[in-house]
Amino acid sequence: MWPFKEGTPIYLQIIEEIKTRIVRGEYEAGSQVPPVRELAIEAGVNPNTVQRAFAQLESEGILKSDRTRGRFVTDEKSVLGELRKTMSSRFVTGMIKGMKELGMSDDEIIEAVSRQVKEESK
Amino acid sequence: MSVFECRALTKKYGSCCAVDGIDLSVEKGRIVGLLGPNGSGKTTIIKMANGLLQPTSGEILIDGMKPGKETKKCVAYLPDREFLPEYMNVKQLLRFYADFFEDFDMDRAEEMLENLDFSKSMYLKKMSKGMKEKIQLILTMSRRAKVYFLDEPIAGVDPAARDYILRTIINNYDPEALVLISTHLISDVESVLDDVIFIQEGKILLHKSAEEIREESGKSVDGYFREVFRC
Repeated sequence: MWPFKEGTPIYLQIIEEIKTRIVRGEYEAGSQVPPVRELAIEAGVNPNTVQRAFAQLESEGILKSDRTRGRFVTDEKSVLGELRKTMSSRFVTGMIKGMKELGMSDDEIIEAVSRQVKEESK
Repeated sequence: MSVFECRALTKKYGSCCAVDGIDLSVEKGRIVGLLGPNGSGKTTIIKMANGLLQPTSGEILIDGMKPGKETKKCVAYLPDREFLPEYMNVKQLLRFYADFFEDFDMDRAEEMLENLDFSKSMYLKKMSKGMKEKIQLILTMSRRAKVYFLDEPIAGVDPAARDYILRTIINNYDPEALVLISTHLISDVESVLDDVIFIQEGKILLHKSAEEIREESGKSVDGYFREVFRC
């Protein structure tokens, strides 16, 4: 059963988890995603809630549905690239906001980030 | 089309009004929580739906019919207490259910039992409370019913048994059927529910989608009820 945050609709949290799995490569581009019931059992939620999350991901073009074969992660590079960008900018936005509150300039922020990236990859 | 309907449903015990003029309409394909504190009227409603109690006034309809012989064919009922003969073992219980209910799906029951590690020759009287609850639920959910009434299916079981029970309910989801779960343990079941009906002192306070409650209140269904209804 997945841990859900209180007060946010569960279908939105399922959408986030699926997007995270796609970006992490757990669900690869063009591969099949688990059926509604299977994911509902894994998450411990109502199948209609998973259905709703899938429907929204389809309307965003991230999932594609094939009537006979099931649901797949899109293999369109532009859509997946966009998804990576939105997921990462969410983290970055929070970080930038925090650093600006500390009075850092844009250059200082960029410098701090690239320094840390180098540090981590050592 | 609604498969479960109450019209001005009222049940009085002497001067005490257990169910007070309830109007309700629930559609198929949904898992619905009948939520409320102890003594709010949940079990009384479910007993009336199963023909075990007669309304003082008003009506209760299952798939358009009054509770009786015909509705028992399509209603699977899990009472809030132990109700199976203690002297039977699992194998006998399966046969017992297959004899009683045309819609009992033996394969489905066997499959669910296989995932639990106890033998079919085990007698009910030797089982723990958690095991009994699981057996009762498996027998109930193995029917291909139109309406499932589950009265307090998770009360008094440990967290592992609770997860098993909730998974079993999810796994048996049928878009053609209604599952109505009564409980006062809101936080344990809320992620499984489409809609919630909250009752207090025999009256419906709210009938709404669980996701809408989370979206509009910014709280869990449990948190919302604790705050708004102080119970």
